[in-house]
Amino acid sequence: MDRTAPERIRRRFVIGNLLERWLPKLVVSPLFAASLVFVYGFIAWTIYISFTKSGVLPDYTLVGLSQYLRLWSTPRWYVALQNLLVFSSLFIGGCMIVGMLLAILLDQRIRAEGAIRTIYLYPMALSFIVTGTAWKWILNPTLGIETFVRGLGYPDFSFDWLVDPHFAIYTVVIAGVWQSSGYVMALFLAGLRSVDDEIVRAAAIDGAGPVRTYATIILPIVRPVFLSAIIVLAHISIKSYDLVVALTGGGPGYATDLPATFMYAYAFQRSELGLAAASAVMMLMTVMAIIVPYLYSELRGRRR
Amino acid sequence: MTSLKAFAIASAVASVMLPVASLADGTVEVLHWWTSGGEAKAVGELKSAFEAQGGTWVDSPIAGGGGDAAMTALRARVVAGNPPSAVQLKGPGIQEWAQQGDLADINDVATSGKWDSVLPPVLATIMKYKGDYVAAPVNIHRVDWIWANPQLLAKVGVTAAPTTWDEFNAVADKLKAAGITPLANGSDPWQDLTLWDVIALGVGGPDFYKKAIIDLDPAQLTGDTMIKVFDQMRRMRGYVDAGYAGRSWDLATRMVMNGEAAMQIMGDWAKGEFAAAGKAPGKDFLCWPAPNQGGYILNSDSFAFFKVTGADKIKGQKVLAGLVMAPDFQRAFNLAKGSIPARTDVPLDGFDTCAQKSHEDLLAAISGDKLVPSLSQEMAISRSYRGEFLDVVTQFYNSDMSSADAVRQLAAAVARVKAQ
Amino acid sequence: MSRKGIVRRRGAGQAALRLLLYAVLVLFCLVYLLPLVIMVSTSLKSLGEIRTGSLISLPTQVSLDAWLKAWGTACVGVRCKGIAPYMWNSVLMVVPAVLISTLLGAVNGYALTKWRFRGADVIFALMLFGAFIPFQIVLLPMARTLGLFGLAGTTWGLVLVHTVYGLAFTTLFFRNFFVSVSDGIVQAAKIDGAGFFPIFFKLMLPMAVPTIVVTVIWQFTNIWNDFLFGSAFTVGDSNPVTVALNNIVATSTGVKEYNVDMAAAIIAGLPTLAVYVLAGNYFVRGLAAGAVKG
Repeated sequence: MDRTAPERIRRRFVIGNLLERWLPKLVVSPLFAASLVFVYGFIAWTIYISFTKSGVLPDYTLVGLSQYLRLWSTPRWYVALQNLLVFSSLFIGGCMIVGMLLAILLDQRIRAEGAIRTIYLYPMALSFIVTGTAWKWILNPTLGIETFVRGLGYPDFSFDWLVDPHFAIYTVVIAGVWQSSGYVMALFLAGLRSVDDEIVRAAAIDGAGPVRTYATIILPIVRPVFLSAIIVLAHISIKSYDLVVALTGGGPGYATDLPATFMYAYAFQRSELGLAAASAVMMLMTVMAIIVPYLYSELRGRRR
Repeated sequence: MTSLKAFAIASAVASVMLPVASLADGTVEVLHWWTSGGEAKAVGELKSAFEAQGGTWVDSPIAGGGGDAAMTALRARVVAGNPPSAVQLKGPGIQEWAQQGDLADINDVATSGKWDSVLPPVLATIMKYKGDYVAAPVNIHRVDWIWANPQLLAKVGVTAAPTTWDEFNAVADKLKAAGITPLANGSDPWQDLTLWDVIALGVGGPDFYKKAIIDLDPAQLTGDTMIKVFDQMRRMRGYVDAGYAGRSWDLATRMVMNGEAAMQIMGDWAKGEFAAAGKAPGKDFLCWPAPNQGGYILNSDSFAFFKVTGADKIKGQKVLAGLVMAPDFQRAFNLAKGSIPARTDVPLDGFDTCAQKSHEDLLAAISGDKLVPSLSQEMAISRSYRGEFLDVVTQFYNSDMSSADAVRQLAAAVARVKAQ
Repeated sequence: MSRKGIVRRRGAGQAALRLLLYAVLVLFCLVYLLPLVIMVSTSLKSLGEIRTGSLISLPTQVSLDAWLKAWGTACVGVRCKGIAPYMWNSVLMVVPAVLISTLLGAVNGYALTKWRFRGADVIFALMLFGAFIPFQIVLLPMARTLGLFGLAGTTWGLVLVHTVYGLAFTTLFFRNFFVSVSDGIVQAAKIDGAGFFPIFFKLMLPMAVPTIVVTVIWQFTNIWNDFLFGSAFTVGDSNPVTVALNNIVATSTGVKEYNVDMAAAIIAGLPTLAVYVLAGNYFVRGLAAGAVKG
């Protein structure tokens, strides 16, 4: 961004107008203050609570690291962390692949594109409070797909992931991809539409096939889409709560627990606010590990 | 039918409460999770009875997760400084809030109503904090029931209830051999724990149940009896069908009703499902007490009273407390809800045979000191301990963990909570 | 908007390829529609059919009773007026929350990009972090704060909560858009003597219409679908529709009426569905205007 010339002009014309000069800051500062209180203040509160013996309600008696020690000796917490890793990698990967594929397919001068696109997008509109029961039925071996396919004449077909503690987390991934891949599709479609037609034509003249054109020319151009999509998906996967509650309730057993459901269970079902706060602090640290490098590269990139 | 009945109760209650009725108005805000179907109707009974005395009822229903969402909202309300005046709270949950100093005592109502002499002592203890009544029970649900399909059982020649778990296993094996799913169960962790609850009482007996679960005695927690309880739980896993995951308890009841499974072990709220489908006890379905060594697992719903300010609200609380425990209300409410009155002195004519059996067994269990509060229904121990039982049992049931490992994990988990 | 096709309409091979393309697209459509189809078909069945038949099948007899009941007479707690009054509650809460958070996000994004001052980037980064905070952890401190402001249990309290936590995303959207707008336009307006707000309202906001659409859709969906804040910060009759829906659906020990549950769920989801169906086109266009420039 070229700053020097406009900067000089701005200084010359605006310097006298004190109000105008301070107005942007005046507008931003209350909003910034709100975020300081409601985000950082509350995070600080949570960190403090994680060092206290809080149970049913907040209790400000400090107990040192004992909640963290208890957290890290709880088997369920390890399951939740492991699930977060499995879920978020498959969820992000799945959404990216499906979303990108659908976007490329839709980019081929499709008739009724608007209608089809809406169908891919609509799951975004609905929360799992609305669709949870239907999903449960679909994935249930005796009610859903398994029985249906067997009825079609394949008696050996088996799809019982929901029941299997080792596979249940994958059903959560399926429903998650169903909900969010449409958004990724829309992002990529938007990206593809902004690619200059000339570049594509030039590639065609050079004799590049469709696969090569996409892989080597178009997708590299829409590279920024990957980053924004991954960030949005990462944020969805860390916050995922409704999804698990509606689909498996964390089960079978606690095989599909995620840190967000773990935290909620301990804070509000078990009256273990201190332990829940400790797990929340762990979650926040994970979020920071993802978001800080992104912000750093984002903002540095803009300066250039 | 409802409005007629509601009117009948309202007038009945009003006549009972006549001495107070002249000054009774007041406001109550009631936070509860009985939001639909028969449960909502049951709360409706309470509301119309309350309003019949000139009071104002503010309804705050929040369903979800068997009361979890309501408990979350309750915390937010208390922290914000505007608690509801009455909250559907149960078991040790009442003690937790009382310890925070948030509950109001309703001793005057309890004393004039002679609650001590009409409530089962086990239940009365749960309603009190440091000797003061802070909550009022509306009903008693029995947890240790077997709901059975008589036609399916007749196919394998079974007509009488099993009285020990060995007998139960023999029946289930016969059913399985005949190609019938012996047991209908769903997958919610609390359903697993309900099963475990009933087994613990039946295998270990009431004394074991009290020592191991309520007193959390380490010797009992890791003893041989506990291993046996888990062994039986493991056997039960072999008696359910493959589709249990994601199934709610009502769908499991429906399996028994439709002849897809022979039995379900569940509290007597399951009766409501049968009743809604027009099925009659004794003919279309059977209610058998599960093998229980003469014990009785108690579940009770109650309303706890939070400290509120303003004469109007306090008056409303007192009126509601008296109303909840009025014999005619208890009768009408429990006819609607499918449970039995929390007061043991209410006659049960007009109730179905299952309810009468429940009442009879309850009195026997009280006199023999064999009544135990339910672990699975949050009546026995605090939510932190119960949560650990829930985790271990459901994890055990849904994996191939050995009973010895489960017992070890349970002991470690209990120790972890104690360390807090 | 440019449209290009890699698969060309030439020759038999290409025609077959095109057929395959449509087949894949339609297959995906079916998969995506499956949950909705099951919900609609269940809502049209009678309770008897659900109790005895397969849950995943089309109704043998179509009946609208469940819809009528869900809308007007289903009991939510002791109030048997269906889901209708709660829809209105949600509208009263969502409309101001969406408008306020979108407007503030727009001003914020504009101030941070077009009137760059020292620390603007740091402020933006700090604010953006708010988008990633798990809502469960702010529940109790937020409840306390609302109590202190005297907003506990009011619709305005809920509006405040949604505005505060929506701000991070709305600012992000508008910042990404305004960063791509040439600084020259703003400079020219400044030279003409236009101030901060005139430039914003007359020049920037009209340009940002696609981004406004994206932001409004995003905020509307998120706020409409929220359950956690709605259940914790509102009381009884002022509950938003998600809480009411949950009250109808999630009975703990009562008899389930799946057809009414499904009808109520679809009704609760209709406004957000309508937004996506009606404005979906603008959504993609809006994303093209902002997000991609990254």
